[in-house]
Amino acid sequence: MADVLDRVSKIVVDRLGVDASEVKPEASFKEDLGADSLDVVELVMELEDEFELEISDEDAEKIATVGDVVNYINSKQ
Amino acid sequence: MLENKSVLVTGASRGIGRAIALYFAKSGAKVAVNYSGSEAKANEVVEEIKANGGTAFAIKADISSSDDVTNMVKTVVSEFGSLDVLVNNAGITRDNLLMRMKEEDWDAVINTNLKGVFLTTKAVTRQMMKQRQGRIINIASIVGVSGNAGQANYVAAKAGVIGLTKTAAKELSSRGITVNAIAPGFIETDMTGKLEEGIKEDMLRNIPLARFGQPDDIAAAAAFLASDASSYITGQTLHVDGGMVM
Repeated sequence: MADVLDRVSKIVVDRLGVDASEVKPEASFKEDLGADSLDVVELVMELEDEFELEISDEDAEKIATVGDVVNYINSKQ
Repeated sequence: MLENKSVLVTGASRGIGRAIALYFAKSGAKVAVNYSGSEAKANEVVEEIKANGGTAFAIKADISSSDDVTNMVKTVVSEFGSLDVLVNNAGITRDNLLMRMKEEDWDAVINTNLKGVFLTTKAVTRQMMKQRQGRIINIASIVGVSGNAGQANYVAAKAGVIGLTKTAAKELSSRGITVNAIAPGFIETDMTGKLEEGIKEDMLRNIPLARFGQPDDIAAAAAFLASDASSYITGQTLHVDGGMVM
């Protein structure tokens, strides 16, 4: 399952223009990675495409850190 | 002007929406003609577009229903492969003086004219954000700016649409999406045809250009806002009213 983090990391690096070394599980999208609310919405859209799942608005609102995403995806697979 | 742009026009079977659908198709756009009740009229619009060599299809959806709206947008995107322009035109009236206005008439107008715009805007945003470009054009009304006796529900909804336009413009600007409103004045359609002659004459006195507008006056303004020529305009309400409200 390590590759989930790799795939998420790649999307985050692409989307937010951050360095891969900054994309750690504890990193917060808004506080550490410089994302605004719309960036997070877009990130969720790309994750849906990448992992072929639908993330409900309720679940999307709970996503704050890279680790949240990885846990969420692992819980759905 | 709009070559190969894919466009969804709500409430396009009659009146201003019909004129917009025909005008956009003439300008080269592919048009999804939304309707809620008048299937035959919507098909006529589609046939007219096709007869002139354009691309169009009719799609039924009640814009006050989020399921209908979601399905409609999905269908348009799969049919056209993209969605470049949304024209929120569908609207209804249930006029009465405030004191006599029934709660259900208030709700019906707010649900279609205001909530409907929220639902369609929300539904197209995903596609437009992915494309990094899009145009949303909301057909409001001049009475949403000026107020109008006997139309509390309609005016409140249209004023709401103008506020929604500004907010959506601010939220989506960084993704290349512009959102503008058009505030038509008195346009000769079925909706305004119901008014009494006396009222029409009074209105005419308040129009500096001294004539009523035609649906194509609105369609031309909408085509401009949908075109590349308007790329630096967002969050605005364009009055197309012969100078009635300045």
